[in-house]
Amino acid sequence: MTGKTLYDKLWNQHLVREADGGDALIYIDRQLLHEVTSPQAFAGLRDAKRVPRRLAANLAVADHNVPTTDRSAGIDDPIAKLQVETLDRNCAEFGITEFNMTDPRQGIVHVVGPEQGVTQPGMTIVCGDSHTATHGALGALAFGIGTSEVEHVLATQCLMARKMKNMRIVLNGALAEGMASKDMILRVIGEIGTSGGTGYTIEFAGSAVENASMEARMTLCNMAIEAGARAGIIAVDQKTVDYLRGRPYSPSGDHFDLAVKAWRELVSDPDAVFDAEHVIDVTDLRPQVTWGTSPEMVASVDDVIPDPADAPDEGKREGWSRALDYMALEPGTQIGSIEVDKVFIGACTNGRIEDLRAAASIARGRRVAPNIKQALVVPGSGLVKKQAEDEGLDRIFIDAGFEWREPGCSMCLAMNADRLEPGERCAATSNRNFEGRQGYGGRTHLVSPVMAAAAAVAGHFTDPNKL
Amino acid sequence: MKKFIKYTGVVIPINRDNIDTDAIIPKQFLKSVDKSGFGDNLFDAWRYEDQGEPGADCSGRPLNKDFVLNRKPYRDGSFLLARENFGCGSSREHAVWALRDFGIRTVIAASFADIFHNNCFKNGVLPIALPLADIEWLFARDDEQGAFSMEIDLERQALTSEDGNVYRFEIDEFKKHCLLEGLDDIGLTLQHEPDISAYEARRAKEAPWLFPDLQL
Ligand code: SF4
Repeated sequence: MTGKTLYDKLWNQHLVREADGGDALIYIDRQLLHEVTSPQAFAGLRDAKRVPRRLAANLAVADHNVPTTDRSAGIDDPIAKLQVETLDRNCAEFGITEFNMTDPRQGIVHVVGPEQGVTQPGMTIVCGDSHTATHGALGALAFGIGTSEVEHVLATQCLMARKMKNMRIVLNGALAEGMASKDMILRVIGEIGTSGGTGYTIEFAGSAVENASMEARMTLCNMAIEAGARAGIIAVDQKTVDYLRGRPYSPSGDHFDLAVKAWRELVSDPDAVFDAEHVIDVTDLRPQVTWGTSPEMVASVDDVIPDPADAPDEGKREGWSRALDYMALEPGTQIGSIEVDKVFIGACTNGRIEDLRAAASIARGRRVAPNIKQALVVPGSGLVKKQAEDEGLDRIFIDAGFEWREPGCSMCLAMNADRLEPGERCAATSNRNFEGRQGYGGRTHLVSPVMAAAAAVAGHFTDPNKL
Repeated sequence: MKKFIKYTGVVIPINRDNIDTDAIIPKQFLKSVDKSGFGDNLFDAWRYEDQGEPGADCSGRPLNKDFVLNRKPYRDGSFLLARENFGCGSSREHAVWALRDFGIRTVIAASFADIFHNNCFKNGVLPIALPLADIEWLFARDDEQGAFSMEIDLERQALTSEDGNVYRFEIDEFKKHCLLEGLDDIGLTLQHEPDISAYEARRAKEAPWLFPDLQL
């Protein structure tokens, strides 16, 4: 018998019923809830007179449209306020644990889960949010679902699902100074395209992944969805185990030892067969910057904006032209010469402590360039914020002219007051550069925290090592 | 959920790859706590000249006259035609609610993003993937000869264009059955309650740390 992939193992462990013609029924160990995609699910439960099957399997946190400025006065926007209060009310009514807006543990759901040990290896984890893939960095099968499925999981603790195919992306080599896992994942998406992973679960492997920190692994898995895959996963190793030890929701005592034994099995067998594989050497990888309105439209900082005439096919040619039009960029322009108006450091992609440290290492002793209208640093959670403040990172940012904010999704999707004005250009550490994503008419370039900080101090994209 | 019945309607062509759910329904409309009322804001940024706000009346807003949804007879269409990777990006089910509210019940594309594809079935919207060559042909048909209509027969798994071309499509038997009968997924799963309980009991022994709430 051939060996099993990590995904095969996770899938098999959660099968409640095999597929009989249609989808299989799989068990869901954890559901994370937030204010935007849950209200209709709770309403559905109430209408059908159903209750959540296992309260302890859920954790809720408000993150998408909370303000990132002083929260003591509550939320100004009445519609956002209604949504956040609806989550509070639903959690109270049904008895679900919630970190509300004033809880020190509040933050972006995908930062909070791992940080609290709510995310554990071997679990199936869902959330009404496509970046649930993030949690796969801990060896969990984690993926985003729609609101109807949120309701389905609340009511049944199960999901109808179909097994995906297996893809392995092997990242080999040692990253150069100043490079981050964000550069790796942007490079991957540039190579396989935004639908390259559709229908697959992607396992990230290779020496560059083994050497990556847990935070860096989360950044990789976070953007698996931008490569078309609902889930990205990484095998469990000593780092995973060390990361989980002692977290508030991690197993403790005998359970921890028992769990670690099971977690150690969560690796692909050496003879496992993948349906698709890509091998990328990252040794010579340069800082990546997206130039279009899809994450696959990406180049290195030393490159120029490509010419749509050189696109591989007709569909892409039109896509590139439209993107350049929207982004107000000309083919042949040096990426390093593109000036930005705003800088956003944060989001579930790059709002963890290591990201803030990396950005601070560039900001230290420098000043935000005069052409930058706003440079925001938004920690991924209240605990990340506190940790950063304990390390003095907030002072470094503030002294350099950055704004230091309260945790939340913020300008990643601009549902709160943090947003781009029409025509403004932003260097962002988030994960989507779609039209209007950061505000109507706004132009987003996806980059690593180091590059975002470098763009803030230089006023334009630049090789961070040459500052 | 309503039963998916055979119907005929106009095809609305949007000749783009990677139409993301942010484009289908921009984020400001996600603040609603309801499942309906999104139809006026479907493709909001492409459809109107100004910036849309949730709850605002759309009847007086300046329209982008070139955008297909604002032109006759497309504005009354019920099929949407697109290229690769339709529905990529955010998991927001609001995208499907907006399509359904507008009156679109079938989306035809060369390929779909997984989460969007799933969300369609939960809301009685049928996503049909056709080979790129067929998609190209349909776009060309509209481009050269003007708007046309199609008939969808889910039972027979066939789309028929008004000039008589038939396109067969694949669909999972179970999903087809659920659409045709308008079945509620949760009700179906709850029929398997004994299996779920048996799984929990077995798994709680194997991996007790996952079930602190189910320990005796
Ligand atoms: S930070 Fe952005 S991508 Fe992440 S959960 Fe929030 S809105 Fe989604």
